[in-house]
Amino acid sequence: MIRDLLKYLIMLVVLVLLQALILNNIQFSGYVNPYLYVLFILLLPFETPRYLLLFMGFFLGLFIDIFSNTPGIHASATTFLAFLRPFAIDLISSRDTIEVNTPPRLSFMGFGWFLRYTLMLVLAHHLFLFFVEVFTFEGFIYTLSRSLLSAAFTIVLVIISQFLIFKE
Amino acid sequence: MRSLLQFLARFHVFFLFLALEVISLILIVNYNNFQRVRFLNSSNQLSASVYEMSSNLTSYFQLKRINEELARENAELQTKLQKLQVLDIFSHADTSVISDTTYQFIPARIINNSVNKQHNYVTLNKGLLDGIEQDMGIIGPDGVVGVVTNVSKHYSSGPSILNRRWRVSAKIKKNNYFGSLYWNGNDPQYARLNEIPFHVELAIGDTIVTSGYSSIFPEGILIGVIDEFNHDSGANFYQINIRLSTNFKTISHVELVKNNFLEEQINLEEQNTDD
Repeated sequence: MIRDLLKYLIMLVVLVLLQALILNNIQFSGYVNPYLYVLFILLLPFETPRYLLLFMGFFLGLFIDIFSNTPGIHASATTFLAFLRPFAIDLISSRDTIEVNTPPRLSFMGFGWFLRYTLMLVLAHHLFLFFVEVFTFEGFIYTLSRSLLSAAFTIVLVIISQFLIFKE
Repeated sequence: MRSLLQFLARFHVFFLFLALEVISLILIVNYNNFQRVRFLNSSNQLSASVYEMSSNLTSYFQLKRINEELARENAELQTKLQKLQVLDIFSHADTSVISDTTYQFIPARIINNSVNKQHNYVTLNKGLLDGIEQDMGIIGPDGVVGVVTNVSKHYSSGPSILNRRWRVSAKIKKNNYFGSLYWNGNDPQYARLNEIPFHVELAIGDTIVTSGYSSIFPEGILIGVIDEFNHDSGANFYQINIRLSTNFKTISHVELVKNNFLEEQINLEEQNTDD
């Protein structure tokens, strides 16, 4: 239990630093920016209570906001992501696919399940994030394409991370 | 009352979600008044020192380019000095150039910067202890960069030109018509200049400089050149696209401008609005 807690804490610090110092500086054609930090919310155990998910989403977003001078923007998007997560899980898994004490990882849940899970949640998060950031529906197509491209980038990184680090 | 409590307990997750979203929204909307949430920005000690560590590491890889930049700036200053000395020979009595101490310059390094957001900010490694104050202009080797809005002990930060919440007063160098320059959130190389009326003659390549009216920047600091312009039928003003002279993707060393008479000017201007 303590070991798990420590593992998640280290993951949080690594992801926030990775996001603030490296990923925020990546600019494909100036607009596309991956937000890998959502991986933290994606990988929390299935048993995490919903209210805790929401709080963690909010504070994770707030951390990122502090580093990128955008108070509230990431916090709102990540809270939204945390709110959607249980519904997404219900939608794509039957009762017997989820075993007790397995985290939602690629190695446990299989490639197809994990891809659908990541696709849904990352898309929702990025759309919410980019539209809150511009705070208008003016230039709808432009913002839409920005969020879709960034989401694709993030999804690729999430999948790669599953093969590189969380193999076990 | 009881059924209300039951209702709340049943949907507590949804209400918590709503509450957190409302808090986020309040943060977003209030941020227009930069100062209110002062600690939630990158000049706070924790995030600024992380950024400084990272910048200390990466700055080694940019030394060559930085040296070239400094050498070029140095050369420009030398030429200016030469010209001044020539002037000095002809008019010993005229000391107006030297005694103009309205503006003071403090060098600093950018430790964090972005170009891919809608609201981009720079963080600098100088703060209160180095004499940095709010509303000091930030100037790079190629012209205007931004303005300081938040200051902590050792760090300061503020919006760059690439921030939709900030405008700068700019003018066309050759004929002194002035307007307001802003970024439209798309390309970090280009900005827009507004409020230039139709009868003004423009040409592609005209230089755009600061007007000096905003009291943050001295007059005549380079901003960019006109890249294209056109006027919509029915509108009163040109739509002018400016190619910014500063490359925000590579900028690292800047100078902060302090206007020694800023307070005096603002007080005077406030008296006008009182009347």
